[in-house]
Formats: sequence, structure tokens, C-alpha cells
Amino acid sequence: MSDAAALYRAVRLIRRFEERAIELVRSGVIVGGIHPYIGQEAIAVGFCAALRPGDLITSTHRGHGHVLAKGADPSRMLAELAGRSTGLNRGRGGSMHAADFSIGILGANAIVGAAGAIATGAAWAAQRAGQDKVVVTFFGDGAVSQGVLLETFNLASLWKIPVIFVCENNGFATTMRTEEAVAGSITGRAEAFGIPARTVDGMDPVTVLDAARAAVDLARSGGGPSFVECLTYRFDAHHTWEHAARPRYRTDEEVVAGSTRDPMEIQGSRLPADLRAGIDDEIEILLEEAVRFALESPEPDEHEALDYLYADGMRARAGVA
Amino acid sequence: MRTTYREAVREAIREAMRADSRVFLMGEDVGRYGGAFGVSLGLLEEFGPDRIRDTPLSESAFTGAGIGAAIGGMRPIVEIMTVNFSLLALDQIMNNAATLRHMSNGQIGVPLVIRMTTGAGRQLAAQHSHSLEGWYSHIPGLRILAPATVADARGMLAPALADPDPVLIFEHGSLYNTEGELPESIPTCDISSAAIGRTGTDVTVITYGGTMPAVISAADELATLGISAEVVDLRVLRPLNDATIMQSVRKTHRAVVVDEGWRSGSLSAEVSARITEQAFFDLDAPVMRVCTEEVPIPYAKHLEEAALPRPERIVRTARELVGR
Ligand SMILES: Cc1ncc(C[n+]2csc(CCOP(=O)(O)OP(=O)(O)O)c2C)c(N)n1
Repeated sequence: MSDAAALYRAVRLIRRFEERAIELVRSGVIVGGIHPYIGQEAIAVGFCAALRPGDLITSTHRGHGHVLAKGADPSRMLAELAGRSTGLNRGRGGSMHAADFSIGILGANAIVGAAGAIATGAAWAAQRAGQDKVVVTFFGDGAVSQGVLLETFNLASLWKIPVIFVCENNGFATTMRTEEAVAGSITGRAEAFGIPARTVDGMDPVTVLDAARAAVDLARSGGGPSFVECLTYRFDAHHTWEHAARPRYRTDEEVVAGSTRDPMEIQGSRLPADLRAGIDDEIEILLEEAVRFALESPEPDEHEALDYLYADGMRARAGVA
Repeated sequence: MRTTYREAVREAIREAMRADSRVFLMGEDVGRYGGAFGVSLGLLEEFGPDRIRDTPLSESAFTGAGIGAAIGGMRPIVEIMTVNFSLLALDQIMNNAATLRHMSNGQIGVPLVIRMTTGAGRQLAAQHSHSLEGWYSHIPGLRILAPATVADARGMLAPALADPDPVLIFEHGSLYNTEGELPESIPTCDISSAAIGRTGTDVTVITYGGTMPAVISAADELATLGISAEVVDLRVLRPLNDATIMQSVRKTHRAVVVDEGWRSGSLSAEVSARITEQAFFDLDAPVMRVCTEEVPIPYAKHLEEAALPRPERIVRTARELVGR
């Protein structure tokens, strides 16, 4: 598949995955709800397309896009969201933690800002082991106000770590507008620590891919960390509970305006119509199968709740009521 | 007047804000969003953005700023979305709020209220569901409150704000939609004693906060089996009100502690130890505990339920103690 088609396919897959997941939230199958990635797909897709299979990423509470773009199986991903025993985490993680570690995803972390430090440590380990891996850590504009991320910038820069900081600036941290939450600029925070930083259009998968390749080349060639702020817009709710609660922090007109540049349309318009239609059909079938798989999969047995606490299978309080 | 726990907390905040211009509410999305759990909905409109302050995602900084504002003469209410995120502010709470009065030889105090949601039951998995109030109750210098009823949700804030020292209030996420009756004029509320949630004679079940509904339903079930359970609502997790606990245990001679925290090194261990220290010779059986299984809270419904203290487990444990 050409680059253009592959980028479109990945964006389309995430978009439709999220839409199907929202249906399952509405029908009560996914109880905890989700943070939809709709509108931001170009970022996960562009960065993951620049990575080799052995490279690593960390994801967030709004993580389905990253995990799918890195190559996770949509059926097992959806099964995880539905809390089924066939899910990526066997039902223990759910929407905010669904991750396939076997393909280089170091977890989806729902503590805002926390994953950057983990990514940096993992990249440092790879560097020390003489591997040329790079690590991409995704986070939102809200995360740049967390102390741990700023501390991490310092370490990554001092130690020339092959980590790429990707800030998905979707205009909001829940209801907080970026400009109300961030003094100075987002890129200025990285630059203050000597990390090269740039801002790119996060709506165009090709633009993101170009920026990603440059950052990956820098990291892989020993040039240390870099920072990419991707400007985007969250088309849907912060979290699906907003569908019921409808808080008024942005107007409908604003959402319409913010959603006019759509990564799916931007990339789709670059493909011949029949190729695009063919991809769309393939993805519908794939997701139909994913939904069926999730719904037909069993729920985990409650006795499994105590498994996997320690590597040797030790349970903290075996035999006590 | 019938009201929900959520509305009760909101009314308490509203009343405090109207009564004292030094009071303000600060936290993530407390304004336009009305707080992560909708507690402060509508307050921004009434009090404006200076007093209902949205903050960036910086738990450590805004909690520290709350401490500073309290020292500076304000009466802040800091809201932290959930207890899991409060760990980012733990340093400020433990190393500063809790220590300043003592460390300064009483030169300064920290009249700060921190509210946060705690607990599981909503399928939000292991980074949003823990019950860590027991950890906080380990810390000298703090007062720890856990309102289980609508009356306490309504009543505890005013005395907490009047307290010259830091007070943490833990609101269990599963309680926000619970309903209860409130009188037209709100009686003054004490934040030092435990309460008897239900009187009984055969076994004392000691709990607090979010496990109260499970304990009440267990007590109902026990009643059908002819076992009369007395329920102690701790209300205040630090300092613990030993007298109420011991009075009940001396009457029933048996105790079960029910806690959504983990059992090892826990609040339930503390309560159990105190009963052993103070009422050992009144006991007819060992003190038992029903706690959350010692795992991070899992996501899937079955797994989450399996991890939590359920009424069946409470009933089974109480029956073992009573021998019926
Ligand atoms: C440490 C911490 N504090 C608060 C939260 C609650 N929370 C979850 S997502 C979110 C907003 C995050 O905004 P941003 O980083 O911009 O990412 P976005 O949701 O826009 O993708 C908040 C406050 C959290 N998960 N972790």
C-alpha cells in the first residue's frame, strides 16, 4: 500500500473504531465510557508511521488512536473496552489502559503527565543497551503543566535521550482552554531545557509524518530528544459522560468551526475515490468483526481478579475471607 | 427536604461561600465543567471565576498554593478530582500542610480544606478507583472526614472550614447520586465523633463512607437471619473516636471492620488493633475484617465487583462471628 493509502487507512480505522466504541458506550456495553480520539487521528498515525516495529510509544487516557496506530488488533482492543477476557489486558485495564506491550506500547497511562518520564527511562535503557530504538511519548496540552513532565524534559535533555515528546494540543484540557492554562508557550517549555521544539499542523497526516520522520532521525542518530506540538481539535466530548451531562464550555458553532479541517477528509481526498471506498469497506468489515468478537467473548471469571499481582503468582492474602 | 449527596455538598459550598468572602473553591474543571463529578455545577455563575477557580493540571502546585492562601488569610477549599491524583500533591499535604503548625512551634497554621473523590465501583480501573483515605489518616496534623450520609455531606464542610488546621474530606464517588432527607434548617455538625448508623445487639459492623450502603444491606440481610447488627459509621477517620467504637463492642462483644481500603497496614488494622487494646476482655470472638482484595482495582465489572467488599462477604463474616 502506498504511504498515502496507508495513512488514510489508519486514520479511517481509528475514526470508525471510536464511532463504534461510542455506540457501545451508549448501549451500555462499555460502562466506564471513553475519551474519544476523533479529530486527532493524524497525530498518532503520522508518528507511528515513522516508527520501526521495535520502537516504543506511551499512550494516554485518550489512547485508542495511539494503540491502534502502533498496530494493536482492533478486535482485542474493543474486547478490552468491553471488559472481556479476550481483551488486550484480559479486561483488567479498560479504555484508559488498553495496551499491547508485545508491539512496543509501554502502556496507556491515565495519570496526566506521568508517562513522559517512563518513556524517557525506557529510551535511556535502549540507548544504554546499544540499541537504536526511539520512544515516542504522547500527551495533551494539559500535561505540560505537570511538574513531572518539566522535570523529565530536564533529564532527557541532559542525558541526550532518544525520546520524542509529542504534545497533542487539542485546545482543551477537559474544559480548560490551552491559553487559560499555559503561561508562555508550549514549545517554550521544551526550549527552556535546550530541547528543539516545533509546532506543526496536527490535522494533516502527511505534515505530521514529515515532522515525525525528522524527529525520529534526530533521535536515532544520537541527537537527543525533541518536542513536537501538534495543533489539533477534539471533535467529540472530553469523555463520553459529556454526552449526557452537556457542560457548556464551548459552543456548537465553535465545534463545527474546529472540525472543518478533518484529518480523514484531508487524507481521503488524496486518494482515488475507488481506492478510498475499498479501504472504507474493508474497515467496516474489520470493525463489524471486532464488535462481534467483543460481544461474543466471555467476561473474565471473577477468580481472576487476584491474578498477576506478582510474577511468581503470589497472592497477597490467599485463604483469608 | 429530599436531596442528593451531590447537591448536599454543593449547598454546603454555596452556603460557606456566601457566609465568608475568604472562602473560595479551586481545582481542575471546578468552574465551567462543574467539577469532575458535577458537584460545583452552577457555582461559577453565582460566584464568578475569582472564587470558583479553574486551575491547570498541576495538583502539586495548586494544593501548595492552597496552603499558601490559607496561611495568607484565605479559607480555601481545594478540590482534587480523585484520590489517585492527590498523590501528585501528597508531598504538599504531608510535608507542608500537616507539619507547619508543629514545625513552626505554633507560629502558623494551615486552615485549608481539601475535598476529593475516592473509591471504586464505576469501572474506571486502577488509576481512578482506589480508596487511599486510610493512608491520609496515618498522618498526624490532618483531620480526615468521610461523609457517608447526605446529612454529613451537607454538614461537615462548615466545621471543616472553621477548623484552624487542615481537613481532608473524602467523598466516595458512588455516593453522589444517593438521596436522603435534610431538615429545612441545617443543624450544626460535629467533626469529632463516630455515629451509630443502626442499633443492634449481636455484632458491631464498623465502616465509613462508600461502604456504608453495602453494610446497611448486609445488616438487612442479617436481620432476616435473626442477627441484629449494630452499624458504626466512623465519619472521622482521624482522629478516630474510640469511645463510640468501644461502647458498641462492649455491648455486642463482636466486631467486623468493613473498609474499601486494602487490609495490610491499613485503617481497618488500626481500628482492629484499638479494639484489641481497649476492649479485649469484652470480646467473644476475634475482630474480623472485610476489605478490598489486595490488587489494583481491575476494570471489568465482574473483576471489580470481586475485588470490593460486598454485602455477601460481610454477611458471611458476621455469621461466622455470631455462629449462626
Ligand atoms: C494527574 C491527573 N490529574 C487529573 C486527571 C483527570 N483528567 C483526565 S484527562 C484530563 C484533561 C487532560 O487534558 P490534556 O492533557 O490536554 O489531554 P486531552 O484530554 O485534551 O486529550 C484531566 C484533568 C488525571 N487523569 N490525572
